[in-house]
Amino acid sequence: MSPEYTGHGKPTRRRFLPMVGAGAVVITAGCGQLGDEIDKPSVAGETLTLTTTTSTYDTGLLDELHLDFEDLYGVSVDAVAQGTGAALESARNGDSDVVMVHARGLEDEFMHNGYGVNRRDLMFNDFVIVGPETDPAGVAGVDSATDALAAIAETGATFVSRGDNSGTHTKERNLWEAAETDPGGDWYQETGSGMGAALNIANQQGAYTLSDRGTYLSRRSNLALAVLVQGPIEDGPAILANPYGVIAVNPAIHDNANYDLAMAYIGWLTSPDVQDAIASYEQNGAQLFYPQALSADPNFKQYVPEGWRNESTDE
Amino acid sequence: MAKRIDGRITVLLEPLMHPLVPVFDLPFRDGYVWSITYVSLYVSLVAVTLSTLVSIPVAVVMAFSQFPGKQFVKSVVNSGMGFPSVVVGLAVLFVVSNQGPLGSMNLVFTREAMIISQFVLATPPITAISLASISGVNGRVRDAAHALGGTRLDVALVVLKEARYGIATAILAGFGRAISEVGSVLIVGGNITSADGISKTRTLTTAIQLEARQGQYETAMILGTILLALVLVINVIVIRFGDQGVSR
Repeated sequence: MSPEYTGHGKPTRRRFLPMVGAGAVVITAGCGQLGDEIDKPSVAGETLTLTTTTSTYDTGLLDELHLDFEDLYGVSVDAVAQGTGAALESARNGDSDVVMVHARGLEDEFMHNGYGVNRRDLMFNDFVIVGPETDPAGVAGVDSATDALAAIAETGATFVSRGDNSGTHTKERNLWEAAETDPGGDWYQETGSGMGAALNIANQQGAYTLSDRGTYLSRRSNLALAVLVQGPIEDGPAILANPYGVIAVNPAIHDNANYDLAMAYIGWLTSPDVQDAIASYEQNGAQLFYPQALSADPNFKQYVPEGWRNESTDE
Repeated sequence: MAKRIDGRITVLLEPLMHPLVPVFDLPFRDGYVWSITYVSLYVSLVAVTLSTLVSIPVAVVMAFSQFPGKQFVKSVVNSGMGFPSVVVGLAVLFVVSNQGPLGSMNLVFTREAMIISQFVLATPPITAISLASISGVNGRVRDAAHALGGTRLDVALVVLKEARYGIATAILAGFGRAISEVGSVLIVGGNITSADGISKTRTLTTAIQLEARQGQYETAMILGTILLALVLVINVIVIRFGDQGVSR
């Protein structure tokens, strides 16, 4: 059950450096409180509160991963599945120690406002546009996601929106914006529910919707909906990429945040073994997430908000 | 334990609905159903017990004394019966959140926070229904108790004894409100299980909400059946308890 934490294959020097970084974080994580118990990690018995999205939680990935983390550190992880918007809001209020979400724009805002530190890219999958086989708007095989949405809007074919400020909903709004279409009217239905429920509603109404691939795959057997526009995993447009990031809550703003444990968690999640575990996590024989934390090439963009420039921080 | 419970359900229903048997091939992990049932009962019973300890003295005082503003207090209690649970959940979240007045106690996403919100929800119905049943006790019972030389406390106890059936109903109403409640416990509790599937703040109701969110209506239905059975059993127990008191 527990992965071997010793063998990393043959690490190249470039691959080795981020590992040293993550390792250093883990090693120094508890230094503030070392002393009474030598043989146990000093964080033992503590609780890490993670606010995250419904799509990571509902696939069962987190439960699978967290068992190992809990064993390794002797801690418990309280995972609260809320949707990206709510997860970040809980962290803003100091009610969680670490967030795992998938809406880069909202993550950037969170970091710009000082609530989050040490963001890491974690993993990705993609979004797909699904709809009825009859495809009344004729979007099957359209190369561009925005063209497909524009066609749906033009024909007034029913489209089910999550409408819950989740990462998927944020992506959907960005897509409408990119398509220069302002969705509204009878054909556009906001459900305010999770992805599984939204897929069921779309299924019952013969409607289109935007879904993350993982949830669609796990529900596929109960749905008469087909993938009409593929995401980048199946060579679809890059705009449908769905990257997940993990961010620690800034302990300088919320001094009750368990920063040590949050950084240990981030270091552990982005370690080669756990990245492998993410890659090998399957449901119904399909891989759901693709690890993204480790790369031989520098990826500085993961640490700072997109488009960040030095002069914009003069406040 | 959960396996045994699930096993019993299967055995019970198998002859009745053979085509549905695959439905009972549940994806629940060992101990999952048992632990969410336990959390449901624990949170609701503690909250209702606390509510009862507050409500009945309040109802007695209101029934036996006159004070300015009594009618106002009564209407506050009555409208409290209609508090929307999500609003109560939001209010409790603001109080227990780390930015709120009780923030230093680290109550957010704990059972204690859930007990607070269920206490707020259950107290008005228990107070209002107890008050109604105490006020409804025939005035001659009070007079007789007085005439027999009873103190105010004696009179109150006699009246409480007469009103016990109504008070049992009041407690049941409060319990029903608490255990069937989903909005506030979801907000303040966070619907948390540990990675091995043992509930920390997940109740039957929030588990049903989670299954429905994922579109797994069959498993949601099974949890709903367990919840209904639980409420039924507790109602039967409390009402039999009241009946025994009457027959004695």
